[in-house]
Amino acid sequence: MNAANPSVRREAVGRRDEVVSSHFALWLTAGIVVTALLTAASLLVGTSSIRASVGWLLAPDALSNTVLWHIRLPRAVGAWLAGALLALGGAIAQGLFRNPLAEPYLLGSASGAALGVTVSMMATDASLAGLAWSGELGVTGAAFVGACAAITLTVLLSRGVLQTASLLLAGIVVAFLLSAVTSLLLLSSPDTWRAMQAFLLGSTAFLSWHSTILLAVVFVVCLVPSVLLSRGLDALTLGEDTAQSLGVSLPALRLALLTLLSLATAITVGQVGIVGFVGLVAPHLVRESFHISQRRLLVAAPLCGGALLQAADLLSRWVIRPAELPVGIVTACLGGTYLVYLLWRRARHA
Amino acid sequence: MLEGRNPGALTLMAISSREISVQYGARMVLDRLSFEAAAGAWTSIVGPNGCGKSTLLRALAGLIDPQHGSVWLQGRPLMSWPRRDRAKRLAWLAQTAGPSDLTASECVALGRFAHTGWLGSRQAEDETAIHRAMSATGSLAWAARRLSTLSGGERQRVNLARVLAVEASVLLLDEPTTHLDPPHQEEVGRLLREQAHGCRVSIVSAIHDLSLALMADRLLVLRHGGLVGHGSVQDALDGDWLSQAFGTPIKIIRHEGAYLWQPQR
Repeated sequence: MNAANPSVRREAVGRRDEVVSSHFALWLTAGIVVTALLTAASLLVGTSSIRASVGWLLAPDALSNTVLWHIRLPRAVGAWLAGALLALGGAIAQGLFRNPLAEPYLLGSASGAALGVTVSMMATDASLAGLAWSGELGVTGAAFVGACAAITLTVLLSRGVLQTASLLLAGIVVAFLLSAVTSLLLLSSPDTWRAMQAFLLGSTAFLSWHSTILLAVVFVVCLVPSVLLSRGLDALTLGEDTAQSLGVSLPALRLALLTLLSLATAITVGQVGIVGFVGLVAPHLVRESFHISQRRLLVAAPLCGGALLQAADLLSRWVIRPAELPVGIVTACLGGTYLVYLLWRRARHA
Repeated sequence: MLEGRNPGALTLMAISSREISVQYGARMVLDRLSFEAAAGAWTSIVGPNGCGKSTLLRALAGLIDPQHGSVWLQGRPLMSWPRRDRAKRLAWLAQTAGPSDLTASECVALGRFAHTGWLGSRQAEDETAIHRAMSATGSLAWAARRLSTLSGGERQRVNLARVLAVEASVLLLDEPTTHLDPPHQEEVGRLLREQAHGCRVSIVSAIHDLSLALMADRLLVLRHGGLVGHGSVQDALDGDWLSQAFGTPIKIIRHEGAYLWQPQR
């Protein structure tokens, strides 16, 4: 086989890599610009008219200060972070299980987190709005314990056949089981049920600076290690056996990534409740436009998911203004439609 | 290159199996099979479908645990090697490689995972190994293309490059020539010979095509339920092992240095 001048060949290879990289950089920049625009729009949309909001921006007073910078801005930033975390969880799940339809909700982790939140709410008799730092941490901790327990249960259920399909199947069983337990608990405690109604439908309305900072910290804590582990996910795209033969320790990789996934799910469920489909759709949208390595996907998917949830949040406040829809309903409608489109397209291609 | 602790015959053996048995449910696929492959030699595993060629390769690669017996790598039990040290010395090529969104060069670079680890960046020697492997398999031309956009044969050559990029002393190749057109199959055959003889690598392969399989130095002939024989190609021909393995008369013709086979009428 030919051995042409290596240095010339290598340069040519490098150039093509650069072209791909510049497209990707352009895409990332576009994502950041869209996020900035959505954040600005989030400041203007609310119970007051847009004209009044613009007036507030131009001539601030005490009330506008509170509304713009302590209600709307943390909500916009928090929604972005929650969407980013869900998308990160989805990207991790899809890479780990090599299944384009995997996401935190399919593994039972979201249901586990919701159960954790419910139990902690019942135990402390608190409501989700206006929680202090300790309360935020308590809810998140309970959600994390719930998410980890759910994933452990899922892994135990599929034990012996720890392969893609059986693990997902076990995850769905666990999800239904834990949702049933949550419903049962809430039925026995009508007060908690009322307090948690909005939460169960998914809502960004409770987001404060407290919760936003918490989301930001967890986002960094989840993003950095998963990007560092992306080589393992890249190897996994070649098959589990091949990854193993390359020297990747699959059990350790699974444990680390499932922990990160649980953490990402727990914090978002704890802060914004049940918001489905963002984790499924965001990594998918990225891969539709780009065939990229896992490392890049882990960066791009959160950007996409953040913008998606911000947009959904904006929509939820706009559609029936001055009232608002729970954002979970908006993402379910949009995400469900997208899923149907995917299935329809797949059926047409098949 | 050889790091076995006990000198003598063992250290000569790059990889060996000692009485390994592998069972899938009630079906015994390998029954107390002992086999050894020396450095600098290419061994072809030959036998009918389902006789355990892939299973043996997977057991040698440490991907399945034999119910009985053990596998030794360079004079040390395979399982006693630290994971990444093992992956540096032993490379395995899967029979079927699925599509992936990685580019060809990203895929080949994964062959260096055992060397660079999770976080390390690629050094000059890694780049050299990647480049050498890709040019040897003729896959440089599509370095920047996604595996999912390559044809089966092109993808196969990229995966072969990934295996070569490891620079392992033992290569376990399950059907390295699937999807390749005949001239490229022949090229891979010559490449494997060159790797074995020139670079003192021990190669164990399972190849369907008999003419290609007979390019190897040694043959391990299997049939359902056990070993027919293990020896040089000439031994196999003299003993008519192939006919025994396939249960049908097989005639091998030597023509201008290559072996051709035909069913005997």
